[in-house]
Amino acid sequence: MHQFEVQTIWSGFDLAGHQIAFTNSALWMCAAAVALWLFMLGGLKGAVVPGRWQVMVEGATRFIDNMLSANVGPEGKRYVPFVFSLFMFILFANLLGLLPLGVVGVHPFTFTSHFTITGVLAIMSFSIVLVVGFWKHGLHFFSLFVPHGTPVWLLWLIPVIELVSFMVRPFSLALRLFVAMTAGHVLLKVLAGFVINAGNAGALTGIAVGGPSFLLMIGISALELLVAGIQAYVFALLTSLYINDAVNLH
Amino acid sequence: MDAEAAKLVGAGIAAIGAGMAAIGVGNVFGSFLEGALRNPGAADGQQGRLFIGFAAAELLGLLAFVVAMILIFVA
Repeated sequence: MHQFEVQTIWSGFDLAGHQIAFTNSALWMCAAAVALWLFMLGGLKGAVVPGRWQVMVEGATRFIDNMLSANVGPEGKRYVPFVFSLFMFILFANLLGLLPLGVVGVHPFTFTSHFTITGVLAIMSFSIVLVVGFWKHGLHFFSLFVPHGTPVWLLWLIPVIELVSFMVRPFSLALRLFVAMTAGHVLLKVLAGFVINAGNAGALTGIAVGGPSFLLMIGISALELLVAGIQAYVFALLTSLYINDAVNLH
Repeated sequence: MDAEAAKLVGAGIAAIGAGMAAIGVGNVFGSFLEGALRNPGAADGQQGRLFIGFAAAELLGLLAFVVAMILIFVA
């Protein structure tokens, strides 16, 4: 589908046989970063009596701060910058992709609907867990695979299950975000197709099929806004849970 | 059966997984509401666990979607 196609904007240069190009995906990543930067800039005035904008920014930081202190404990403060950037970047990416800019001829590209990008984000949070875990606990980190109170006669089975569930984490993180965004956009596309095709088929079909489809699209769009927020939240929440595993073991 | 037809039938059957995930997600939120209405004071503290359960249930439905997409476009 056209909205998921990566197009080259600037053909770039050649690095060891690979083309390093500036694509629309990279463009929208930059747009998300700039939007996030502007959002933060408006709220970093540090006024004693905060204005509306500062309340928004402080609300967002407090939200992540509370999440980490609830899930990781006092040590979680050190991971607030990482989880906050992750959360806000994904949230802005999801929301930017939903903007109805198509009516003015600009086609938004939801880069979180690509597995390469969500995969890199997931690998980042997975490697932070590995680095922190081995840094803090050394080889004792492997006790993560043997939860407290494991019966001796199950010692052959539980570590295998724990290892599999540990190794699956980056895939489940990346896959969840990527599929949720892709599925939402495909759903909107299918409903939009209903409206266009029903309209082309005649006035009666247009009203009988196109009308309800259009109403459904409005509802689904609202649902997609909710999903954009929930997926960013779930990504950050699971990252903080994994960081908790690394910091406190079990 | 023709291989192409079998792929499409398989993708359709994979959609059952999406419906099952709907039951799962509904169960998560329904049970949460049931508990939250009995003890509203404790509800806010459990929001994190609510979304962990939601994420786990939802992932399996999304996997069904992935299976359908792979069957149609990749396999």
